[in-house]
Amino acid sequence: MSEAILTPIEKKPIGFTAGVLAAAGGFAGLFLGTAQGSGLLGIVIGAALMAALAFVAMQVLGEALEKPVRWVMIAVAAVAGFLFNGIPGLIMGGLFGWFFGWFIYWVGMGRYRAHLVPYLTPGQVLWHYTFRVICGAIFVFLITPIIVVMPLSFNAEDFFTFTPEMLAFDPAGYSLKHYRDFLTNPEWTNAVKNSLLVAPVATLISVSLGTLAAIGLSQSHVPGKRAIMAILISPMIVPLIISATGMYFFYSKIGLVGTYWGIVLAHAVLGIPFVIITVTATLVGFDRSLTRAAANMGANPVTTFFKVQMPLILPGVISGGLFAFITSFDEVVVVLFIGSAELQTLPWQMFTGLREQISPTILAAATILVAISICLLTSVEILRRRSERLRGMSPS
Amino acid sequence: MTDAATEPDKVTGPTPDNALRAADKEDSGPVLAADGTPLKRSLNRALRAQKIRALMLIAPLLIFVLVSFIAPIGDMLFRSVENQIVRDTLPRTVAALADYDAASGELPRDEVFEAAYYDVFFAAERKEHTRLGSRLNYEKTGASSLFRKSGRGIDDIGEVYLDQFEDLDENWDEARPWAELMGDPDWIAAQDAWNGNGSMPEFELRSDISDILPRTAETYEIFARFMQTEEGDSPLEEEPWSVVHTALYQDLAEGDVSGYTGPRADMLQAADALVASADFQTIAFRDGFEEIDEDWVAPEIWQTIKTYSPAYTSGYFLNSIDMQKTAEGPALRDEDERIYGLLFQRTMFMSLVITLSCILLGYPISYLLSNLPASKANLLMILVLLPFWTSLLVRTSAWKVMLQQQGVINDTLVWLGLVADDARLTMINNQFGTIVAMTHILLPFMILPMYSVMSTIPPSYVRAAKSLGATNWTTFWRVYFPQSVPGIGAGSILVFILSIGYYITPEIVGGTSGIFISNRIAYHISSSLNWGLAAALGSILLVVVLVLYWAYDKIVGIDNVKLGG
Repeated sequence: MSEAILTPIEKKPIGFTAGVLAAAGGFAGLFLGTAQGSGLLGIVIGAALMAALAFVAMQVLGEALEKPVRWVMIAVAAVAGFLFNGIPGLIMGGLFGWFFGWFIYWVGMGRYRAHLVPYLTPGQVLWHYTFRVICGAIFVFLITPIIVVMPLSFNAEDFFTFTPEMLAFDPAGYSLKHYRDFLTNPEWTNAVKNSLLVAPVATLISVSLGTLAAIGLSQSHVPGKRAIMAILISPMIVPLIISATGMYFFYSKIGLVGTYWGIVLAHAVLGIPFVIITVTATLVGFDRSLTRAAANMGANPVTTFFKVQMPLILPGVISGGLFAFITSFDEVVVVLFIGSAELQTLPWQMFTGLREQISPTILAAATILVAISICLLTSVEILRRRSERLRGMSPS
Repeated sequence: MTDAATEPDKVTGPTPDNALRAADKEDSGPVLAADGTPLKRSLNRALRAQKIRALMLIAPLLIFVLVSFIAPIGDMLFRSVENQIVRDTLPRTVAALADYDAASGELPRDEVFEAAYYDVFFAAERKEHTRLGSRLNYEKTGASSLFRKSGRGIDDIGEVYLDQFEDLDENWDEARPWAELMGDPDWIAAQDAWNGNGSMPEFELRSDISDILPRTAETYEIFARFMQTEEGDSPLEEEPWSVVHTALYQDLAEGDVSGYTGPRADMLQAADALVASADFQTIAFRDGFEEIDEDWVAPEIWQTIKTYSPAYTSGYFLNSIDMQKTAEGPALRDEDERIYGLLFQRTMFMSLVITLSCILLGYPISYLLSNLPASKANLLMILVLLPFWTSLLVRTSAWKVMLQQQGVINDTLVWLGLVADDARLTMINNQFGTIVAMTHILLPFMILPMYSVMSTIPPSYVRAAKSLGATNWTTFWRVYFPQSVPGIGAGSILVFILSIGYYITPEIVGGTSGIFISNRIAYHISSSLNWGLAAALGSILLVVVLVLYWAYDKIVGIDNVKLGG
């Protein structure tokens, strides 16, 4: 499907438009109505109002007046919402007005057909949009929990819930005190410091060893390749609780439990599968004749690696490194087992905080972590595209 | 170009062309490489060099993973069967119990009580009896307190003899006379000369004392060595334990010391006379144990010790499938004590539900993403990848915020009037909470493999099916769906593997009914300290995961795992 208009659009009969709008209005009215005490009344009022609006917009005013009509609808709905429920009502009302203004013209002018192939039956068109709505709902499910955390982290109270002041957009309901706590409380700052001490070193170990091994694995004749691969990927597959249990037993024998290096080793090993996977994937498209050419011109293997191969696979190596970093930065089970009180990392602190529900400082930490993961995600995506471009694959 | 010297055949010496031509001419001879060696060997050598180079590149990482990951796993597997503590702590008892029939329901012979007296005494001095007690307590409730009590009370048996010997001669409770009686004269001299620096001269028994007083010599040697190595005290200055006096009594009662002429001979002869006299008080070991605790004269504790005396046991594994070792062999536990079968079932069931919900939610998304133009799909892909990159704890805390009684979902439902304020839904600390939160957390792992499979399905197949007259449903079910099955398979196994071993999310949002087997393992490691059981539960879980991993490797191939689209 492209953005081009595939089907000529035409104005729909008013009966159809008014009917669809009445149904949509009734649906919205049901929720508003139950919130106010009477669902049935809500349905009737919503349906009637929307059908009337559709009639006025389509039959009386026509398409020429679309822009003013939509603005008026937004304004009227926003004012109604404000009178009804203050500032939250204003925003909700504005959104309602915007949506229904768009919806009336989208349905009434038949615009929904424009980007679909002409031979679809009405049933198929309906299914097409129902499917889109279902997918939208799943996306909402995916993203809402992450979004919800953010405003809550500005809560002025020590609650995990929205206070009435917050819902009324009262500035007194918001504060930065959890961020202040996060940045000044030694428990949290130490945790951040420990995480930042562990993760880079673990990443360095897994990236350097992992890249070498991935290069070895990508050669054509490796005896026992499958078995080696299975062993190297296993830290990702074996449940963390089992890794943690084994490491706790074994590391306590060799005196690594509760030490910095114990955690670094454990995290390095957990990050290795990600490095192997990303670097091997990059090497699949690597043109081997380049290293041969370099060797032909007299470069020794080390020079060949650093001057020819490394620059080409660098995006893969870096994104593998970012994966390893986030694995270590986010890891809590192993740290819970083999860490010690002085070596509490950020996830440990969050985990104990969540279990004992101490304060919404966790949510401030969570918001900061989401910001970090957005940065990491962006860099990985940019690197992936760069890598594909370097290897001459399609940029998308 | 006709210059004779430039033609390959005219040049004598190794050129590749010459070698090939020579090989062509003589059919029987081997093909030669440029340097004259047979080509086959030359190729083999090159191949071997290549293999070695590849292995050298892999070796550091492989060794690293083997040492820091595979070895710990192996250690855990070993722990799940290892049971040396009983044998190490009670060696004499285990040996004496060798011919004891645990199923008979009788008390063991008196020799066993005697052996147990020495074992428990030494264990108590080494402070090992409480560890053994807690180990046996996993199998028989009450063992822990029994051993703790015995550690305190075991002295009473020896005191009987100690007091009588001491009444006879003060020297029997003095350090020096004992050392002179038992110790080698050279050692005594060396120990006397020792000035407190460096290591103590190691205690040595006098050459013939073991023949005359075998038990006493043995126990005194254990005492002296213990004093030297564990306490850092000189045996010349420490009064022996009362167990030595018990041993002395036994030796005197059985043996003959009249021929003894070494140091302190008169003291020993006097003691022998005292033991032989009619008014010397003795106490049977069995009665001594009975005085400490009645439980010692009930057969159960002996059955337990006997059952768990081998160095390796299947007991932990039996425990983890709700069975126990009994005198008659493995048997199911009582109905109300069976928890692990239920937990394994629940873990499996909930992982299946989570996998199914991931398929249901992931399929439409993957379909949409793979059928949209690339620019739009990449934009929407961010919505999938953002949760994937977001910290697990952030997502878990988010679900706690969403699902709790005063949480966002309940608030919204109450505001909409769908739920009364006093009848808020309980969505957290139960199975529902765990399933919802884990579906959200694992959904990207389902979408990514599905997406990568679906984007390889050519749209022309679907169009062809439609143009041949298939309905929408038939097109989907007969043409599109079968091609997307590998993606479903890959995603499902991945999600199932990941969910079956989850710990953090069930711990926080699972309450008591929504926890997994992992939470029980963690409980045994950190709270109940029953590490063997934790290891056995972990081993079972590991086997399940490895079978799935193997299946995943067969179906998908490990090198086809994709991360981040």
